[in-house]
Amino acid sequence: MTQLTPVLSAHWDEADSFTIAGYRRHGGYTAIEKALAMEPDAVIQLVKDSGLRGRGGAGFPTGMKWGFIPQGDGKEHYLVVNADESEPGTCKDVPLMMANPHVLVEGVIIASYAIRANYAFIYVRGEVTHVVRRLQAAISEAYAAGHLGKNIHGKGYDLELVLHVGAGAYICGEETALLDSLEGFRGQPRLRPPFPAIAGLYARPTVVNNVESIASVPSIVNNGAEWFQSMGTEKSKGYTLYSLSGHVANPGQFEAPLGITLRELLEYAGGIRAGHQLKFWTPGGSSTPIFTQANLDTPLDYEGVAAAGSMLGTKALQVFDETTCVVRAVLRWTEFYKHESCGKCTPCREGTWWLVQILRDLEAGKGTAADLDKLLDIVDNIAGRSFCALADGAASPIISSLKHFREEYMQHLNQGGCPFDPAASTLFATAGSR
Amino acid sequence: MTPEQALVEVEMITCIIDGFEVTVPKGTLVIRAAEKLGIQIPRFCDHPLLSPAGACRQCLVDIEINGRAFPKPQASCTIPVETGMIVKTQLTSPVAEKAQKGIMELLLINHPLDCPVCDKGGECPLQNQAMSSGRGESRYEGVKRTFEKPVAISSQVLLDRERCVLCARCTRFSDQIAGDPFITLNERGALQQVGIYEKDPFESYYSGNTVQICPVGALTGASYRFRSRPFDLVSTPSACEHCASGCAMRTDVRRGKTLRRLAGEDAAVNEEWNCDKGRWAFKYISSKERIASPLVRGTDGELHEASWPEALAAAAAGLKGKRVGVLVGGRATVEDAYGYSKFARVALSTNDIDFRARAHSDEETSFLSAVALGLTTTYADIDRADKVVLLGFEPEDESPIVFLRIFKQVRKRSLPVLTVAAFASRGSKKMKATLLPVVAGNEAAVIAGISELTSRSVILVGERLSESVGALSAAKALADSTGAKLAWIPRRAGERGALDVGAISTLLPGGRPVSDPAARVDLAAAWGVDSLPTSSGRTTAQILAAAESKELDAVVIGGVDPLDISAQALGQLLNTFVLSLEISHSAVTAIADVVLPVAAVAEKSGTFLDWEGRARAFDKAIPDSLTRSDVRILSMLADEIGAAINLPTVAATAREIQSLDKWDGATVAFAPVSDGSAPKVSGSEAVLASHRLLLDLGTLQNGEANLAGTARSATANISQGRAATLGVAEGDLVQISTQRGSVTVPAHITEMDDSSVWIPRNSEGSQAIANLGNVSGEVVTVVKA
Repeated sequence: MTQLTPVLSAHWDEADSFTIAGYRRHGGYTAIEKALAMEPDAVIQLVKDSGLRGRGGAGFPTGMKWGFIPQGDGKEHYLVVNADESEPGTCKDVPLMMANPHVLVEGVIIASYAIRANYAFIYVRGEVTHVVRRLQAAISEAYAAGHLGKNIHGKGYDLELVLHVGAGAYICGEETALLDSLEGFRGQPRLRPPFPAIAGLYARPTVVNNVESIASVPSIVNNGAEWFQSMGTEKSKGYTLYSLSGHVANPGQFEAPLGITLRELLEYAGGIRAGHQLKFWTPGGSSTPIFTQANLDTPLDYEGVAAAGSMLGTKALQVFDETTCVVRAVLRWTEFYKHESCGKCTPCREGTWWLVQILRDLEAGKGTAADLDKLLDIVDNIAGRSFCALADGAASPIISSLKHFREEYMQHLNQGGCPFDPAASTLFATAGSR
Repeated sequence: MTPEQALVEVEMITCIIDGFEVTVPKGTLVIRAAEKLGIQIPRFCDHPLLSPAGACRQCLVDIEINGRAFPKPQASCTIPVETGMIVKTQLTSPVAEKAQKGIMELLLINHPLDCPVCDKGGECPLQNQAMSSGRGESRYEGVKRTFEKPVAISSQVLLDRERCVLCARCTRFSDQIAGDPFITLNERGALQQVGIYEKDPFESYYSGNTVQICPVGALTGASYRFRSRPFDLVSTPSACEHCASGCAMRTDVRRGKTLRRLAGEDAAVNEEWNCDKGRWAFKYISSKERIASPLVRGTDGELHEASWPEALAAAAAGLKGKRVGVLVGGRATVEDAYGYSKFARVALSTNDIDFRARAHSDEETSFLSAVALGLTTTYADIDRADKVVLLGFEPEDESPIVFLRIFKQVRKRSLPVLTVAAFASRGSKKMKATLLPVVAGNEAAVIAGISELTSRSVILVGERLSESVGALSAAKALADSTGAKLAWIPRRAGERGALDVGAISTLLPGGRPVSDPAARVDLAAAWGVDSLPTSSGRTTAQILAAAESKELDAVVIGGVDPLDISAQALGQLLNTFVLSLEISHSAVTAIADVVLPVAAVAEKSGTFLDWEGRARAFDKAIPDSLTRSDVRILSMLADEIGAAINLPTVAATAREIQSLDKWDGATVAFAPVSDGSAPKVSGSEAVLASHRLLLDLGTLQNGEANLAGTARSATANISQGRAATLGVAEGDLVQISTQRGSVTVPAHITEMDDSSVWIPRNSEGSQAIANLGNVSGEVVTVVKA
């Protein structure tokens, strides 16, 4: 059985884990000493060697991304941390920033130093007010302690860190929409090229990294690339945060090496809620095609999940038991995508509008088998046709649910309504029996 | 590599589209390369003059590069061609075809399909491409998005949001081409919509272009909405009569009535754009004030309708053998101006002719005769310029397409712009121009201080520069000393052409100097007359003075508003015989002895020369019109007088102008004038400056209230220092007065010299000549109202 590897979450249970004192007690802010003593390129090389891949969903090698920034170009460089965690089911960056904001701040300092940025930004989702307050406090503490500002640790390196609070749009998790939003415009994805590494924030070379990716950097600096490489699988190195939610006995964040399976994670989480069985689950949030019982032993790393036909995404494991109507679940997700579509491109804007109406009809049992084929055809006209990946995400649950549960859709149509009791899938339905 | 070489040596790229090889310049987008092969990829957001958006996704195609295929169809409007690229459009790729059909179906699910009542129906890219790339029947059974309709985003542009396909052409145009980002996309998802900030309506001089490039019927012009169907219109390529920018236009007429005008395409001039005045100011043609038949003043002192023979006889009687001056006006076509020019010399034996119905000077006469005709600067020189200098010229107000061309280069490559003006206008702020603030009268000294121009610099001189003594001389000296290219940009469409055909006292047609006997002989031979008048003629001001002092017996007047010239002009005409050739009743027709109705631009053919000297020929847009061009009437009148000018038609006139070679003999020398200076002022005194805003009380804008609704309102622009002295804040009323009268308008505090005050020259509540008796350089009193 794969052992959990708490690094980022190691001290979340301590009362003062979010303070600078709590962070220092476990070696906090020692990595910047080491990093600032290195050449910036050596830091980039270290991260490259570690095999760290982006934890925001795409899994792009972090060190390579840093290496794309043109050096000696005489331009200002920027580091932007994407803390706009909004994917349904994804819940790792928010608890991380709540419980241990300083590890992010330390990671920001090291990453900014590596890419020769003197300004860094954390773009945090606007709804999470408590996180905003803790981050703000952590940044103030870091400034007061001399970790930020002019001449950090007397090493001649300057860094200003700005916390920017978003206004609540899922699309701003898309990196170019995030940059537009950060510049004060409406968040809508930008045409690429130019890529952010060449012309990002204010048209300057910019690295955009996920919170967890940046927060992983101090541990790599402290413990070395080999230590990080000792965890995980061949191409997916290191530890990561898995968020389990839904019909599990003990939902939450589990920090484990990449490649752990849902079966193992369920062991740690106390299994599916009592008296029920797993029906379907998402490996990486609602935008990733759903899995079933058959994937309990699929290794949860980038390659393993992809080979099984889905995506590791943000490692957001939403678990649904047999009381859940898959049509209803898919409709809820689709309503989310319709609500969050930015409106820029036709397939996403109009497509999600249409899909919601079709799924509502299907859930209500209106239609025939031909409508399922029509739905698939419309989804085929949306997925892969849009400006950014939002519409692809909207298509995933529909395509995968029809693949695995076409019969259940038909059941709705045959009996003219939903065969499930919606209350049965709620947690309060079983609250008494737990 | 020099910049010139860079323009020439563009790398060429060869790729394959639907099996055909095509070679295009590097950077060409796939959709454009396909066009070159005649392959039309459907599109909405794509527009060749706007930055790519990739928003509508209608132009998806399959692409592979060197054997590596993109996993998904790509928007061909966003991807430049590359060597080794193989593109498969809807013609050869089933995936691309299905993708396009799918997008079209999605675009239509929320579209109202109200084509039968939509202005765009019949000329609608959505309608057309739904036929070419859509499915016969929609599979959509859901609820369509609806909005309250229409929303007036300005007095002249209406928005029907449910028709909008959100291609962002209008918002990109306003931001990228006009520099007026007053409309943006608001909200998100299917509720995304074009909107304005409530305190800032869409008051752009170029807003009509958004109506024209809207690929659906979402934006409509208030004046045209529900007036016509495209297939009922007869379209005629035309040229704009409003300014010297030279826009190609299209005039759409139904049953003898002009219903709308659109920007025509001319890459060298207006690209695909025009200004709102050019687009919407045409109601004057069908005004109730139009003159239907000749009028002759009877013994009762009143004008009476008369037959043409009767009126021509009365006119001839007033002119034959008399001392006559000719005021052509600035709006004549080349052919009409040529008619006036020949009529003056042959039928009236005079050089007392001038096309300038505005402030002017002898220095300007010399500048026009000796310098302006030989200038060869073009729009392309602006594209290549390393710096643009504006002298007495506000392009956004006075030649809006020149503004667009400068702005394009400012946006593209930060072209530096320098402006010598009373204050930084909105246009010059958009161009990020460096302001050299000047007190009217001091222009020459400021111009003399300009440095760092090269042979790639362009100096644009407006007609207003003549209002400042020595300024034209200084501009010429600046061009001579630096090698910079010089251009003279009059405001009115006819002035450049009138100069070319000698509708001025110093020149005969083709630039022949009146003062040169050889030039006179040359022309007399061509015209088949014994001789031409030799005496040096009078300017507009001198003609009016001579009329008042009875040194002239009669004046022939084309389209002239006396209040454009001076406060006294009309009064100076009261003692002479006045023949007026006019389209509508005016201050001149009210005092004229004989009035001959003439054709408006839409009713005749002709040519304008734009500021470059480029010919802008146009045909009759209203074929059945009974009105005649000025030249035809002058020719009949010359016959009546007994001194034929033989110009029976516009076409014959054009041929005769063609047949006259340009003068290649000696030209007159420019007579520079030494610097003038602004009067000294103190206390509440200030030196007046003014210019005409694009949208104002100009007579050709009569009858178009929707257009007038977007005119910038009059302000008195004063410096911070003067505002403090007067104790006025932004928006407080101030009164500017002279002995003649006063103007009371809100103050606008801006960067300018403390001794200056600026007002619009001919706007509602602020008419410089009518109210103050002056346009610039005079001392006025400024007080808090």
